[in-house]
Amino acid sequence: MPIMNIKKFSFTYPGVEHPSLRNITLPIEKNKITALIGPSGCGKSTLLRAMNRIHDIYPGNKYDGKIELLDIKTGNKNNILDIKKENEFIELRQKVGMIFQKPTPFPMSIFDNVAYGLKITGLKNKTELKDRVEKALKDAALWKEIQDRLSKSAMGLSGGQQQRLCIARAVAVKPEVLLFDEPTSALDPISTGAIEELLVELKKDISIAIVTHNMQQASRISDFTAFMYLGDLIEYNKTENIFLNPKEKRTEDYITGRFG
Amino acid sequence: MRLLVNKIFLTLSVLSALIGLAFLGWILITLFIKGLGSFHFNLFLNDLINDGLRNLIVGQFILAGLASAIGIPLGMAAGIYIQEYGKGRYASLIRDLSDIMMSAPSIVIGAFVYAVIVVPTGGTSGFAGAIALAIMMIPVVINTTDNMLSLVPVELREAGIALGASKYRVIIDIIIKAAKVGIMTGILLAFARIIGETAPLLFTSETSNYFSLDLTESFPSLTVSIYDLANEPEESSRDLAWAASFILTILVLGINLTGRFITRHKE
Repeated sequence: MPIMNIKKFSFTYPGVEHPSLRNITLPIEKNKITALIGPSGCGKSTLLRAMNRIHDIYPGNKYDGKIELLDIKTGNKNNILDIKKENEFIELRQKVGMIFQKPTPFPMSIFDNVAYGLKITGLKNKTELKDRVEKALKDAALWKEIQDRLSKSAMGLSGGQQQRLCIARAVAVKPEVLLFDEPTSALDPISTGAIEELLVELKKDISIAIVTHNMQQASRISDFTAFMYLGDLIEYNKTENIFLNPKEKRTEDYITGRFG
Repeated sequence: MRLLVNKIFLTLSVLSALIGLAFLGWILITLFIKGLGSFHFNLFLNDLINDGLRNLIVGQFILAGLASAIGIPLGMAAGIYIQEYGKGRYASLIRDLSDIMMSAPSIVIGAFVYAVIVVPTGGTSGFAGAIALAIMMIPVVINTTDNMLSLVPVELREAGIALGASKYRVIIDIIIKAAKVGIMTGILLAFARIIGETAPLLFTSETSNYFSLDLTESFPSLTVSIYDLANEPEESSRDLAWAASFILTILVLGINLTGRFITRHKE
């Protein structure tokens, strides 16, 4: 069952004539990892950034089509492209979190970083806050390393730890979907391995979409893969089908490294 | 040939640096000799009427402090506005205006405040002086805030928004925190600048020989008094001016060094 459904979606950046994404139709399956692959500039990050409307920080974007988000409680499907009010945006982004390429720890303590999202949602109770932070750090496989320096600045962590902190921060608010925009491309192989394991672990509770340039990564961790090229979705299928038995010539050329 | 040009250029640069430093050293040495010669601890205990500097130092700090209380919030708010909210022509107009204001001669700002505050209120006052200093300070604070906020990586803003924070919370909780050290340093340097200003105070606050906390009257100012004392015929007045200059220089130097120390320490 898909938690998000992208239907005939087109996207145009402000001041540009031609759309950067054309007529994309793609499901994001619940409790699965969906990888978006394709050469640079193919629109995979653009698509990912539409899924929590982070594009809207910068005004003037043009959306067409639909991106439906399943409301787990009611079973309704809401088109997130209809969202206009600030509080609806906030609600959307609490449901659909995002992790970026560069780790983005906030300039505050490790504890406050993870607690930040919770405080925004209005959680004030200190013990509950502490429990939720601990749980999130455990979920992000970071607790053991940093439990004795929660009050230290998050800027002192290593790159891989910072990225896991960002994941903990996003996980803490219990999102339904997490969007990862090349989360490991700035990290060393060991940190990358830790994050990949973490993603596989997280999909029990959270549905994941990940943009990656690393084909091995996509094949290792994802359940479904979408191959994009120049703003079009070329092929979407189960990951093993995409990698072992691609239907499109362009997909095959890309995953075998003939271009890209 | 290239080596020769290189050497000539290097020699010229070193020479000009030395000349610049020599004059600076000369000023400082003169100041130290003359200033220390007339410096006495009693200067801090007596007011100008009794040949001390106490009221002037306190007055100068009150003027600069009040100016900061006006200038820092206004400047920061404007800086945040043009960096975070204002996109387009209106914001760049404010930015340009602020740049122009920064290079406005301080005596012109003094004259402006004289015309719009001193004349209508019927006399010089501490308030008028503080406002003139605040006007000097605002563009510096705007500029610092604007620049320091622009250095905060865009990913940090997006990460805050992606977590469900509203724009103003992201600015207050994250962006300003990230730029805190830079902004604080800038503010400290702006403070160091206004505390040594004479021209904006010359006909706004003037100065006073007596200790005063009444900002509606002429207000004691160290810099204006230096100017007055240096023009007096008596040797003793000029000695007092030297001592005052010495103290002022140490103050400004101290604030500047603190600013630099904070920056270096934090980065």
